[in-house]
Amino acid sequence: MLANTFQKITEIDYIKRFFKDGMTIMYGGFGGIGTPPGLVDAIIESKIKELTLIGNDTGFPDIGIGKIVTSKQVKRLIVSHIGSNPNAGKFMTNGELEIEFSPQGTLAERIRAGGMGLGGILTDVGADVEVVRRNKQTCEVDGKTFLIETALTADVSIVHAEKADPYGNLIFSKSARNTNPLVAMAGKITIAEAEEIVPLGELDPEGIITPGVFVDYIIPSKGVNWKWVWEQK
Amino acid sequence: MGLGAEIRNKIAKRAAEEIEHGMLVNLGIGIPSLVPNHLPSGKTVMFHAENGITGMGPSPVKGQEDSNLCNAGGYPVTLQEGASYCDSATAFGMIRSGKIDITILGALQVSGSGDLANWIVPGKRVPGMGGAMDLAAKAKKVIVVMNHCDKNGSSKIVEVCTLPLTAKSCVQMVITEMAVFEVTPEGLLLSDIFSHYSVDEIRVRTEVQFGISESLRTLTY
Repeated sequence: MLANTFQKITEIDYIKRFFKDGMTIMYGGFGGIGTPPGLVDAIIESKIKELTLIGNDTGFPDIGIGKIVTSKQVKRLIVSHIGSNPNAGKFMTNGELEIEFSPQGTLAERIRAGGMGLGGILTDVGADVEVVRRNKQTCEVDGKTFLIETALTADVSIVHAEKADPYGNLIFSKSARNTNPLVAMAGKITIAEAEEIVPLGELDPEGIITPGVFVDYIIPSKGVNWKWVWEQK
Repeated sequence: MGLGAEIRNKIAKRAAEEIEHGMLVNLGIGIPSLVPNHLPSGKTVMFHAENGITGMGPSPVKGQEDSNLCNAGGYPVTLQEGASYCDSATAFGMIRSGKIDITILGALQVSGSGDLANWIVPGKRVPGMGGAMDLAAKAKKVIVVMNHCDKNGSSKIVEVCTLPLTAKSCVQMVITEMAVFEVTPEGLLLSDIFSHYSVDEIRVRTEVQFGISESLRTLTY
């Protein structure tokens, strides 16, 4: 039996108490890859609504965070891309869903800034593009104009790890790492769904990607329960 | 895209000529994804993916896919030797700090001064910019590969982009099924023509006036 030294390892049913109407949830993943499947289902089962979701993209209608968009629990999205989820576009067009688009690198950096305890970042990406510049403060550094892009944090962050130890130290799998280490830092409460939970001391300290300091709860994963697009063809 | 496989591969082959040994290259979806097939052996190139792969290899054989090893479009890939993983912030740090030597991407419109529109058709298709703005603004060289004209027969090389911009003055080269243009401070310069076309035909189908390179090349492949 694995020692639950820090009381961080728990079950989905315990996690559900953190899910509330109107809350902001940040999620790891890129096209659904690296999005925690069990936590996505738990959010759907909890029937919470009016959510603000922050993450790279909206996955696919039946893959990743896309399932929560499809179930109409979302009021507002902060993302870089919705192209692979027609439901997001449809709900945006009919006014059910408000979407703030952020250039992908800027979005990643805003999330990172949130996790790092910063107020925001300066970038010139999009500074000459109306849709990005609109309503943003700018500042001059060495004669160059930068946008002030504000930091992002969330009430709850959900991430998908390959391995976790009882302190919440995480490693990720290949390109499923993507936004997960950033999202893990930016949650007031961060919940990691792990494919495997190993004893303290088993993860190589040199190889840990997310220090357990940033992780509040760990739940065991039952693995991905959707079919990937390339498996459907 | 509306172009046949043979033509798409010709465009990709011409784009591949721009890539040199040791470069870090980011490829968009569509025709750009065909470019690696046209790199000569002996050139080792690192392919970058926005989701945190440096050193992306070709698609795996069927049955060998790893759902945690995919490109930015969500499709399985492999790794080349020397590859590494990173998080999204680092992947875009590489982009913003100018480490990407070339990005090859599709476009809806390109202006004579190299303005790029490739992310939105207001009221019709609003997918979000993804990583397109970061890449277009910050890669050392931006190569656009696209149909010369849209499906109504209108030139996609335009005086002024009517669609919302991805980035201003960012495109250095445009490759279509008809021709190759360099974007210079003096305007567009026709550098190559595909052998089925004449300069006059290209003039008729291009909204923007262009100069002709003294070393104009005819592409016979």
